[in-house]
Amino acid sequence: MLSFILRRLLIAIPTIILISVFVFALQKLLPGDPVLAMAGEERDPATIEYLREKYRLNDPIPVQYLTWVGNALTGDLGISLRTNQPVLELIGEKLPVTIQLATMAMIFALAIGIPAGILSAVRKGTVTDYVANVVALSGLSIPNFWLGIMLILLVSVKWQLLPASGYVPFDEDPVRSIKVMIMPAFVLGTALAATLMRHTRSAMLTVLTSDYVRTARAKGLSERRVILKHAFRNALTPIVTLSALLFGELIAGAVLTEQIFTVPGFGKLVVDAVFNRDYAVVQGIVLVTAVGFIAMNLLADVAYVLLNPRLRKQ
Amino acid sequence: MVLTLVQSAPSPSAAPLLDVRALSLGFGTSKTRLLDGVRYSVEAGETLCIVGESGCGKSVSSLAIMGLLPQGAAHIHEADIRFRGERYDLNDMAALRRHRGADIAMIFQEPMTSLNPAFKVGDQIAEAVTAHNDVSEAQARDRAVEMLRRVRIPAPEARMNEYPHQLSGGMRQRVMIAMALANDPALLIADEPTTALDVTIQSQILDLIRDLQAETGMGTIMITHDLGVVAEIADNVAVMYAGTIVEAGPADAIFNDPQHPYTIGLMSSMPRLTGPRERLTTVPGTVPTVETMPAGCRFSTRCPFAQPVCAETPPQREFGRGHRALCHFAPLDDRLERSA
Repeated sequence: MLSFILRRLLIAIPTIILISVFVFALQKLLPGDPVLAMAGEERDPATIEYLREKYRLNDPIPVQYLTWVGNALTGDLGISLRTNQPVLELIGEKLPVTIQLATMAMIFALAIGIPAGILSAVRKGTVTDYVANVVALSGLSIPNFWLGIMLILLVSVKWQLLPASGYVPFDEDPVRSIKVMIMPAFVLGTALAATLMRHTRSAMLTVLTSDYVRTARAKGLSERRVILKHAFRNALTPIVTLSALLFGELIAGAVLTEQIFTVPGFGKLVVDAVFNRDYAVVQGIVLVTAVGFIAMNLLADVAYVLLNPRLRKQ
Repeated sequence: MVLTLVQSAPSPSAAPLLDVRALSLGFGTSKTRLLDGVRYSVEAGETLCIVGESGCGKSVSSLAIMGLLPQGAAHIHEADIRFRGERYDLNDMAALRRHRGADIAMIFQEPMTSLNPAFKVGDQIAEAVTAHNDVSEAQARDRAVEMLRRVRIPAPEARMNEYPHQLSGGMRQRVMIAMALANDPALLIADEPTTALDVTIQSQILDLIRDLQAETGMGTIMITHDLGVVAEIADNVAVMYAGTIVEAGPADAIFNDPQHPYTIGLMSSMPRLTGPRERLTTVPGTVPTVETMPAGCRFSTRCPFAQPVCAETPPQREFGRGHRALCHFAPLDDRLERSA
């Protein structure tokens, strides 16, 4: 198992290098010059030259890349061109927010998607199945921003049950922190729940017609045990893989949802950085997100091996 | 430690163990009966072989008795079944579940896929024990080890902790048998248990089933299309064609004195080592589908002796010793002589 993880980690290295090159190159291809944006209205040539020198923008691009990578390896992702804050510090501020939002959204998605998927597979072709499918389709089709606004209107403005926006750090006041995050997490979670439900349903449908499920029934086990133990356990593999990938996507930030609920997470940070040509911040975020995504993938692979006895002992 | 399992009362000697007096069912909304008036019975300690081509309804009839047909798919037109002399209701799902794996057990054709790949084989056998008996986990595991030993799996303690993929096909079928017999069922339904196995393994599994049957006195229904298997183990034979039992009776009567044209065709399609050398014959045509099912005798479309009267429902003719055939012209002896 350990060697398997090490092997996967080694494979991840070239992926990360490739991503870093890609991100760096894309940044250079973007139109617009950050220095011009920083130099202000006058665009004094001396200031511009000074800034170029300061941020080493006069170096050849490969040198710039290597400098950046070298610094990144020592934990220095550079300094925001706009706020002069170290990028790592900025990310450190936003990451817990995004992780909390992603985790809560995932809990909603799993709690709704998996039971709904199982139920609609077991009751295939019945009213329950149709209702679940219609709800899932609606979950996929309703835009996040609309659902978010409607929730704010109803829950916050009309019923005054939950705060409409903002953020409270978890370690300051856990209860308030969760309360503020419920609505954005729900909005994000419902869309993922729909995807999860569809995948759970199809995985369960395949497994429910398998010979070993028939064997489980032939043993006289209760239908509940047949479905939740014998069938679900084997349907779990695609569900776990999908969940890890969805979680990885959530880590990358949910721009619209964060905007609506003014959650100060990754999504907002990256949008601001792109608009301001804040190279260092964009690069830093993409790198962290990519590593996060790869870590989620690795986790999915590990779970896959743990779930599948055929892969475990090799 | 001795594990006491729930033992059911011995069946009254007069009634057969399982008595299927009439079983008819169809799938979906189609009016055609996939099984039409299926009738057979099996006594304790006896082996009944149900033979027929694929698609003739052999498996469907046993899955129906187990209550394992996909729910809602099958429509049961008539089911008059007695188990140990008592009414056996195919619509009572809860009662069927209590029977399944306890006093009626089943093994299947596909040992490679019939075990759950995610669980250890020992746990899968033990689960069959705990499903029907109020015993501890440890007692159930002890029983599982004992069962693995009885199906002659070497080093049963070690095998307990292995996963299905670590076992060969023959070993997996042994595990399936161990699981099926864990609660000492009165009846074992074996649906082509050797079809997917190598020939050498086939005879080992047949021997095993026969030995276990001798030990426990259980009745066995063996579903097969292999007449070699039938010749080897059957006490009684029921020949199935297109959802009906066309002929049934003691094995020697079926082999030596077949009365239904289909049975005769089956027998002459089997090579024999003794007796005069004859050309092997085939039964021309294929089994009719639900859409093309003829009225009256279902074999009439392929029968060399078919007459206009065959469009009417054929009568059940009896020849003594429980030997019966579903044919207008049985016994066929005179007719065969005339056509020869």
